Amino acid sequence: MSVRPGKSLLLRGYVVLVFIFVFTPILTSFVFSVNSDRFPTIPLGHFTTHWYETIFADPDVWDAFRISAIVSISVAVLATFIGFCTAYTDYRYNFTGKAFYLSLALLPPTIPLVIMGLAMLALLARINMSGEIYSIVVSHVVLCSPFAMAVIRMRLAQIDPDLESAAWNLGASNWRAMREVIVPFCRPAIASAFCLTAAVSFDEFAVAWFVSGLNKTVPVIILEILQGNTDPQINAIGSIVFITSMTLVILAQLILMRKTINQTATGI
Amino acid sequence: MNQTSAARPLVSFDGVSKHYGSVVAVHTMNLEIYEGEFLALMGPSGCGKTTSLRMLAGLEEPSEGEIRLDGQRINEISSIERDTPMVWQSLALFPFLSVQKNVEFGLKMRAIAVEERRQRARKWLERMEILELAERDISQLSGGQRQRVALARSLVTEPRILLLDEPLTALDANLVVRMQGVLARLQKELGITFVYVTHSQSEAFAMSDRVVIMSQGRIEQIGSPKAIYRSPASRFVADFVGANNILSGSITETGEDLKISTAVGEFHCEKNSDRDFNTGDTLDLVISADLVQISMEGPEVQNSLRCRFISEEFVGSIVTIFAELEDGSDFKVQARQRDLANMALEEGAAFFASWNAADAHLIGGNGA
Repeated sequence: MSVRPGKSLLLRGYVVLVFIFVFTPILTSFVFSVNSDRFPTIPLGHFTTHWYETIFADPDVWDAFRISAIVSISVAVLATFIGFCTAYTDYRYNFTGKAFYLSLALLPPTIPLVIMGLAMLALLARINMSGEIYSIVVSHVVLCSPFAMAVIRMRLAQIDPDLESAAWNLGASNWRAMREVIVPFCRPAIASAFCLTAAVSFDEFAVAWFVSGLNKTVPVIILEILQGNTDPQINAIGSIVFITSMTLVILAQLILMRKTINQTATGI
Repeated sequence: MNQTSAARPLVSFDGVSKHYGSVVAVHTMNLEIYEGEFLALMGPSGCGKTTSLRMLAGLEEPSEGEIRLDGQRINEISSIERDTPMVWQSLALFPFLSVQKNVEFGLKMRAIAVEERRQRARKWLERMEILELAERDISQLSGGQRQRVALARSLVTEPRILLLDEPLTALDANLVVRMQGVLARLQKELGITFVYVTHSQSEAFAMSDRVVIMSQGRIEQIGSPKAIYRSPASRFVADFVGANNILSGSITETGEDLKISTAVGEFHCEKNSDRDFNTGDTLDLVISADLVQISMEGPEVQNSLRCRFISEEFVGSIVTIFAELEDGSDFKVQARQRDLANMALEEGAAFFASWNAADAHLIGGNGA
């Protein structure tokens, strides 16, 4: 498709504006995280890594990162596994109530996070499971599994339905065919789902705030620092969180896209 | 074809049916497939040919009847244990494995040691003339190369029978002809049984020893390509195979020759079967389009028909002429292009078609 040069320039300008609108707050936060002034004012002071040094000197922040890492990796493993199973069930079987099953499986992200957090707290407290690291893991798995399922389901929709039969035909049992054919075929989607769910869990604040008790994750500690004192520490820790989750999300995208490009490029 | 009297069938379908709810896909099928033959299952889509093949592969279970492999009932034996490898219409090659790993798959499932696996796979790649592609990705192969990988993958376990489900559908015409040659030669060299499902007459006739024509879940005819082409057993087969003209009529005389009266005239026909013909029997007269002669003047011969030229289809040396008879029904004639060169055939032109009494084939009548 060709666009007239004038129009194309306008379009480009528009896209740039949109990106500026989206990324300015984050960029600003990053700029002030390496600025020596205590308050975010212009003109800027000089460059410093002081605020980063301050947060890394704080054992609470280290603890929060440790807990966040444990939680997001556990969540990624569990949510990807559950998401894969749900997606495969959808691909392979037809049963009555399948539409209901699918809408239930996709429901959690549509619930407002505060409600979800409260409900989780109410439930976990009742069964004496609140305030632990695994409380956060359980809650985040509920929240993240649908994302994993959606990504893997998209991949399974592209599979040649004869592929699994071909494996049986060549002597593979159901489990073997799953291991040798379905999982390798879904591998890019599984990796992508893993990164995506890790990122969602790493970022999530509301639910974690309700169920974490004394085991604070990074977003929770950010709020605490913010409530205590306003200084560019917040910008520093914010930048780190942003880079971590952006890396995971972009990785997820790249893994998925590389596979798709390979396949469409060659066709049949 | 190893159809000696002693030959036991390798595969038997004994009264096999397959229902999906109220839909009958295959209806009481009886068929014997012999060791070392190339058998084609042919019919229009939905005739039950693929379902039959899938039942043989163990991917569908028969609703009724028994399938035997080497005399053993295999209804309950799962696909995994049957060793009835299949070449799929989509080929179903594993896109995440290299050519070599694709071919090794069946051996890996049988827990064959790595080194032996590698050697046997390479032997088959060499045989299929694609050894140099061993390390490639499937996505880097052409259509014909993929066919060869699919064949190697199915044959690497050295089965006694190979099932092929319209494997040439995705190829372009000239490659189809080449792969037909490859398949036919391969089958002769290996001496194993090939069961080939297709809707294409040219594929079925070019390669197979016997052809099974199916329609609506039933077998219409089993025979050599020539027998099916020249002596269709039913109106369906006459319509589906070749380019046949079918005239319905009834017997008016049963002397030396039969005399048959139809809506467009009376024709003589040789009694080309042993059965009894009685005056008054209704039957169909099948005249293959390639056995018809045409001329511009009404010849004073038997079995001549007046036709009105409608159109022609030119496919190289052979021309198919589409014409209309006096009662409005269609009539086809196939002739060599050079024989038609000096005839003034234009739309609406009248010409005469005739055939030998021995060349008409009779179907129908007394329950035949």
